[in-house]
Amino acid sequence: MEMETPTKRRRIKDLNFWEKIYVPEIIKGLALTLRTMFKPKFTMEYPEVKFEPTGSYRGRPVLVQEENGVERCVACGLCSRVCPALAIEVQAAETELEKERYPVKFEINMLRCIFCGFCEEVCPEEAIVMSKDYEMAFTNREDAIYGKDKLLIPVGELQDRIDFLRQYK
Amino acid sequence: MSILEIVIVTLIKVVVVVGTMLVAVAYLVYFERKVSAWAQNRIGPNRVGWKGTLQPFADLFKLVLKEDIVPDNADRKIHALAPVIALLVALSTYAVIPFGPDLQIGDYNISLIVADVNIGVLFILALTSLGVYALTLAGWSSGSKYSLLGGIRSSAQMISYEVSMGFSVAGVLLLSESLRPVAIVESQSGWMWNAIVQPIGFITFLVSAFAETNRLPFDLPEAEPELVGGFHTEYSSMKFAGFFLAEYANMIMASAFIATLYLGGWQIPYIEKLGLSPILETLLCFGGFLLKMAALLFFFLWVRWSLPRFRYDQLMNLGWKVMFPLSLINIIWVAALIMIFGM
Repeated sequence: MEMETPTKRRRIKDLNFWEKIYVPEIIKGLALTLRTMFKPKFTMEYPEVKFEPTGSYRGRPVLVQEENGVERCVACGLCSRVCPALAIEVQAAETELEKERYPVKFEINMLRCIFCGFCEEVCPEEAIVMSKDYEMAFTNREDAIYGKDKLLIPVGELQDRIDFLRQYK
Repeated sequence: MSILEIVIVTLIKVVVVVGTMLVAVAYLVYFERKVSAWAQNRIGPNRVGWKGTLQPFADLFKLVLKEDIVPDNADRKIHALAPVIALLVALSTYAVIPFGPDLQIGDYNISLIVADVNIGVLFILALTSLGVYALTLAGWSSGSKYSLLGGIRSSAQMISYEVSMGFSVAGVLLLSESLRPVAIVESQSGWMWNAIVQPIGFITFLVSAFAETNRLPFDLPEAEPELVGGFHTEYSSMKFAGFFLAEYANMIMASAFIATLYLGGWQIPYIEKLGLSPILETLLCFGGFLLKMAALLFFFLWVRWSLPRFRYDQLMNLGWKVMFPLSLINIIWVAALIMIFGM
């Protein structure tokens, strides 16, 4: 005789009488859903209560701004090259600073961005990182192109993400 | 009462019942969404009005503003007729439901039933059977394969479950010896509720009622995942609202019918022994009936989130091989009770 294993698939002929008449099983199921109805709710009532992401969250990509107000970016263009959605446009220029190059124009088209984080991964200077910002509503296509004015974020606000990157990247 | 008075009182009753039912349907939709949300650990609609209580009216407003689209292949006349049939059937069945005992106001004796006809049960069964035409015609006239499948399913399902529904009702009729809903209610005095006297009939009727109202686990005519809405796939705007309204009106109707046939109608057991004033007693009975209806409606919503949809062959197996024999056994059981106890 074949051994009964716990994982054996139970067919209709294997059910006992009480399982076959369904009613007790239906009552069991109903009891389960009734219990669920009184459990705490998961819903976050968004505009009033906001989701607070951790460092691992990939929000909109931003440029890191040092304490002295200068961006870290050296306009190497790697992020622009790696971007699968072709969302990033960088134009380099020279500067008197030690880093010698800086982006005179840095634009991310947020309609194209897919939040993959490749730009952040490829950046040699830790200059572009994913922020915690997920609120990016706009009403026309021009507003969707984020320039340096919107992209530059002080390094202090991005510390969670930078710590996360240093630990896991 | 003169004829004129009878006409006026009946007209008032019709307006009150239809008006209340439409509001009740609106709030049933609201509670359906709330219960669905609770069963899934969500909150549900809570933005429009206090705790979302104006949500059904916002939904209705949206539906009114929607464009009414009729497919090219559709049979326009029948396409427009189908939701009208559905609504007509759903709203006219309320006429014979007794909502409470007679109300004494001064000299007037008002019965809380629109039409106390002596074939009330037959009237309800006949009209609910007509309801299948709405679904089938809607599916057929839409000129879409999904709609057609939904319509065919609904006709097969309704006819199969009508049989066990009719035989379950026969058990009730044997005991009450009348087709008058009021007489059926009165025959269940005290704790002699039909649900207790004939539990098998109660279960078969309850299951058939789920199938007749196209509620889960028997909502094969709609079956959103497979048929994209079934018979109402090609409906929009107020025509869709007609079906939507009819479905929920049918649910309320079904729970009122179950309460009347099996749960003692408006009777609260042994309330006459408390010695209350007649008006208070009447109002309490009316409240009791509404409470029974509300409990059954909650049961409808509750089951929706507990049981998965049947497969088509399972549905037919259950209808013909389980429910039909069970309802026959119930008739034998009731007949035996009458023979032995002379009830």
